[in-house]
Amino acid sequence: MASDVQLTTRAVVMPRTRRRNSSADSARPAWMEKPSRIGTAGKALLVTLICVATIYPFLTVISTSLSDSTDIANANGLVLFPLHPTFAAYETIFSGGIVTAALVRSMLITVIGTLCSLAATIGMAYGLSRRDLAFGRFILLTALFTMLFTPGIIPSFLMVKQLGLLGSYAALVLPTLISAFNLVVVRSFFMGLPQELFEAARIDGAGDFRILVKIVLPLSKGVLAVVGLFYAVAYWNAFFNAMLYLNSDMWPLSMILRQYVLLGSPLDTASVGEISAPSQAIQMAVVVISVIPILLVYPFLQKYFTKGVLTGAVKG
Amino acid sequence: MSSYSEPFVQGTTTQGDGAAGAPSARSASRARRRAARADGVPAHRKRSLWERIKRDRVMLLLIAPGFLYFVVFHWLPLPGNIIAFEDYQPYLGFIDSAWVGFDNFVKIFGDPTFWQALRNTLVITGLQLVLFFPIPIVLALLLNSIMSNRIRKFVQSVVYLPHFLGWVIIVSIFGQVLGATGVVPHLMQAMGMQPFEAMTTPWFFPFLVSIQSAWKDAGWGTIIFLAALMNIDQELYEAAAVDGAGPWQRMKTITIPGIMPVIILLLILNLGSILSVGFEQIVLQRDNVGAGAGEVLDTWVYYHGIQNGQWGPAAAVGLVKGVVGLALVLGANKVAHLFGQEGVYSRGK
Repeated sequence: MASDVQLTTRAVVMPRTRRRNSSADSARPAWMEKPSRIGTAGKALLVTLICVATIYPFLTVISTSLSDSTDIANANGLVLFPLHPTFAAYETIFSGGIVTAALVRSMLITVIGTLCSLAATIGMAYGLSRRDLAFGRFILLTALFTMLFTPGIIPSFLMVKQLGLLGSYAALVLPTLISAFNLVVVRSFFMGLPQELFEAARIDGAGDFRILVKIVLPLSKGVLAVVGLFYAVAYWNAFFNAMLYLNSDMWPLSMILRQYVLLGSPLDTASVGEISAPSQAIQMAVVVISVIPILLVYPFLQKYFTKGVLTGAVKG
Repeated sequence: MSSYSEPFVQGTTTQGDGAAGAPSARSASRARRRAARADGVPAHRKRSLWERIKRDRVMLLLIAPGFLYFVVFHWLPLPGNIIAFEDYQPYLGFIDSAWVGFDNFVKIFGDPTFWQALRNTLVITGLQLVLFFPIPIVLALLLNSIMSNRIRKFVQSVVYLPHFLGWVIIVSIFGQVLGATGVVPHLMQAMGMQPFEAMTTPWFFPFLVSIQSAWKDAGWGTIIFLAALMNIDQELYEAAAVDGAGPWQRMKTITIPGIMPVIILLLILNLGSILSVGFEQIVLQRDNVGAGAGEVLDTWVYYHGIQNGQWGPAAAVGLVKGVVGLALVLGANKVAHLFGQEGVYSRGK
């Protein structure tokens, strides 16, 4: 009954999140040799190195953002731990107005964009979850084949221009409204829900829309949370569309970051009077502010993808 | 099989009336059921298209916005590639711009900056394939061998994190760590070496880009391999151990063959995108090393087309890249089929 052409992800494994033995933290099966001491030590060293290499950059960015100019001068730019911690850099950027405004814009874009993307994805996935839907195969393939090619930068740009979206926030949302991958994930999840529930509701006279709102959505909170967070992270991080389509007075935080940290333009904070924070600290403070929202949602994301919600749901 | 069958509803007419539900909805459904019965559609007959459209109208309405999105932003721009064959002038539009045949292609193939961009692209993707591709596999094997659940979960949380940072953030962070005042130059100085500007040295650029990609996505890349590892039947290991196979032998004869399909699948996907390097990543850093080392096909298209208004040649490069990319995916997939692997997609079941 499923479509003949199974795009992507079919070979992409479905983990049966096997509990490796139940309660005990360590779960070495009886047949396995005791690990050698050298092996364990080597593994521990390697794992520690990997963790340090991942975490250290965050720490140095945070420390630098909290340093004052003597810290940075003494450490020759490399601050491991600020001896004179100060929030001057943060005060400076928040009094300047540019970063604050960009932060608000980024939040609005992220929230509105995520809601639009989720709504469109849910609607499409729900419709396509019916196995003998009229035109179902055609619609599904129209969506899935887009994973194999992109129209190209120039034609996409011209399309956005033609639609009159240049210089409007819609240009940040509409061209990336749905990710075909997320669509597949949500659709597979919907298809995996027990069909008896729908039949029962239908007998009670519920229409397709009522079933979606009353039955499907409440059962899908987990997968929708993950997909929503993925969209949110993408909107938060996106800068290329902003660079292409928006004027500088509409820039989100990611573009501000590019302008002031990567291109090194001076942050226009002259209105504050005296600026005590060193420019390096200010730049790192902008980085920290960009990272914080991601760190905030990360535990939620993590909770779900370790459960295998995503990979588990992916089937042609 | 079929998720939703009215014949089933028909057979249970009396059950529904007792259940709770809005009266109006109930009478509506009763009417619908009566209608269904009047149609006399036998349970086994396939519904006609028109009947299904009528039944699915709400579903189709829900699909409409998403369908429209895919059509407008993925399919409709495709014919726009026609400007690769035109001397495109924005104020004239697609229709009225002069048709120049293959002039744009002749022009780009005679342009050394295009070949430079192609070379840079291949160097970077090739290096990433060699340096970056095995890292997630090794990391997954390492994670999988950690017996303590708590430690493994912790390490996973740490290494997945960078995947969620945008390129602007990552490039900023790398500037702080590898740049002039970062820890790496300090360490090199402490060891008596000549520190060098990792962020701005042209010959180092492909390595820099690969290291950044590895830092961002190596952890995330393990997910798929971990899932494959979980899928291997644990009894195979037990049987092998009982038969006297040591850890390395078990890895060679069970683990590696077990995850081979996934490795091949990802290799195919990587080969298919060999002409695409992370555009955002490169465009942020191209000017640090200059166009000679930092220009790739995508940035070439962006700077020549959108920045300088050479629409035709830029679209021509984009078209060449798209067609070759698609051919590579399809070709690699074919090869995978020949080797008896599943590949990215498969026809039928």
